[in-house]
Amino acid sequence: MKDKKEKSSNSEFTPKVVGFLCNWCTYAAADLAGGSRLEIPSSFSVVRVMCSSRIDHNLLLTTFFKGADGILVAGCHPGDCHYGEGNYYARRRFAQLKKVMETLDLDPERLELVWVSAAEGNRYAEVVSDFTEKIRKLGPNPMNSSTRF
Amino acid sequence: MSSITIEKSASKGINDLLRHLLSTGKVDAVLAMRMMPDTGAWDLALVTDVKNLKELKPLAPVMTVNASQVLSNLSLSGKKIAAVLKPCELRAFVERVKREQGSLENLFTISHTCGGVFPLDLVAEGKVDRLLPKYEKVVSAGEIPSNIRDTCKACEHFIPMNADIMVSAAGECKPGEGCMIYLNSDKAREALSECTGEHGSAVLDSTSLEKLATARAREREKLFSSIEKDCSGLDGLVNIFGKCVGCHGCSRVCPICYCTLCDFESINFDYNLPYFEEHLARKGALRLPPDTMLFHMGRLTHMSFSCVGCGMCSDVCPVGIPVAAVFSRTGESTASIFDYLPGRDVTEEIPVMIFKEEEFPELG
Repeated sequence: MKDKKEKSSNSEFTPKVVGFLCNWCTYAAADLAGGSRLEIPSSFSVVRVMCSSRIDHNLLLTTFFKGADGILVAGCHPGDCHYGEGNYYARRRFAQLKKVMETLDLDPERLELVWVSAAEGNRYAEVVSDFTEKIRKLGPNPMNSSTRF
Repeated sequence: MSSITIEKSASKGINDLLRHLLSTGKVDAVLAMRMMPDTGAWDLALVTDVKNLKELKPLAPVMTVNASQVLSNLSLSGKKIAAVLKPCELRAFVERVKREQGSLENLFTISHTCGGVFPLDLVAEGKVDRLLPKYEKVVSAGEIPSNIRDTCKACEHFIPMNADIMVSAAGECKPGEGCMIYLNSDKAREALSECTGEHGSAVLDSTSLEKLATARAREREKLFSSIEKDCSGLDGLVNIFGKCVGCHGCSRVCPICYCTLCDFESINFDYNLPYFEEHLARKGALRLPPDTMLFHMGRLTHMSFSCVGCGMCSDVCPVGIPVAAVFSRTGESTASIFDYLPGRDVTEEIPVMIFKEEEFPELG
């Protein structure tokens, strides 16, 4: 957070971004993007989950604490959840985590929620590239440089 | 609202009321704070024999354990229990009922306007008796005693919500000058229809508590802004939680942290060689015990919106981390996005268990 400014000009910095993708929509979109030979930043790591609602706060926090510079949570559009209403719960839980990060002044912009359907291969490539670029500008996660926790 | 006036001090009046409930068989047991006359030691006691009632000090500003925790299993025993709870204990119990950790069905919840409680170190040092006269004087003047818990000073919910029976013990009621008892439910009116005292109808005079409410709001702002200054941002959090010894005491005494299979006590946090290797390869040094900050952050995100600010966590912290203040502030802000107030109403669902189809348009 402190060294945000000096690092933001560093175009050499390749952010580690982790995406938690729902199996039914966004993971299929990732497949489609791959099949369509769209370019995805190579530093983007994917974790496939059965539903966006299955992502516990501890999983996201641990990911940050283990050094991810940004986290993208992606699921089906509201109303299109494979299980009916999982993404509505995911949205509430996400709002809560984001609010905690905001209140504690912990870079909430490093965490983002998006809806990408199985048909939106192009949108998937765009979303991932844009988010990676945003994190590159933000600079490295300061949690990486502290050995005190 | 039905009311009973007893021409005695509030603390004697409430003992009369408990005696009536127990001796007439309206309840099987009474749960309240107790002081042992021979040693002066305080504890929370469950009493079934009328002769043990005289040791009870139901209105004492002491909380040795958040009573809602021990009430969970008791409330499911099928026995009728009259439980004297502080407003935050009652709210915490309501939060527990929402999580299926107890039931209000067999309970008579008795609560009172609360002036705040003494920190546990003062209780352990046996100072309560000596401090009580001054405490009562300050509280009945509608002011905040300087030696109560920080979160009590900053608590705006000192009037109980939804208690079956409410006793006026702060502000309105002068010590030794008559005890007002308000009956909020049919269950309470039925059980106390023959209780001695003047039966009538009255509403709690909240104007006499306005001064206290204003003072508390000012303290809350002061506490939160000091926490915001010292305990936010990564550096602030590292400083404040860097002292943590990882005893998990704050979570053990927390009335909301009820999970017996806590993630942080599970094998997920059983550190092994690969964990150390991975961490050290990345950072070159590792703070031990590990993950204390993750523990607090995890708790903050999992349950802070239900935090009632009872202050038990800060009181038991061996290294003086202001856990309760951080949780109260964060909890207020997370609860606000769901328009939620913990313990307000037992029918109000926990925010993460429900949803609206159209909400948070700024996300996703």
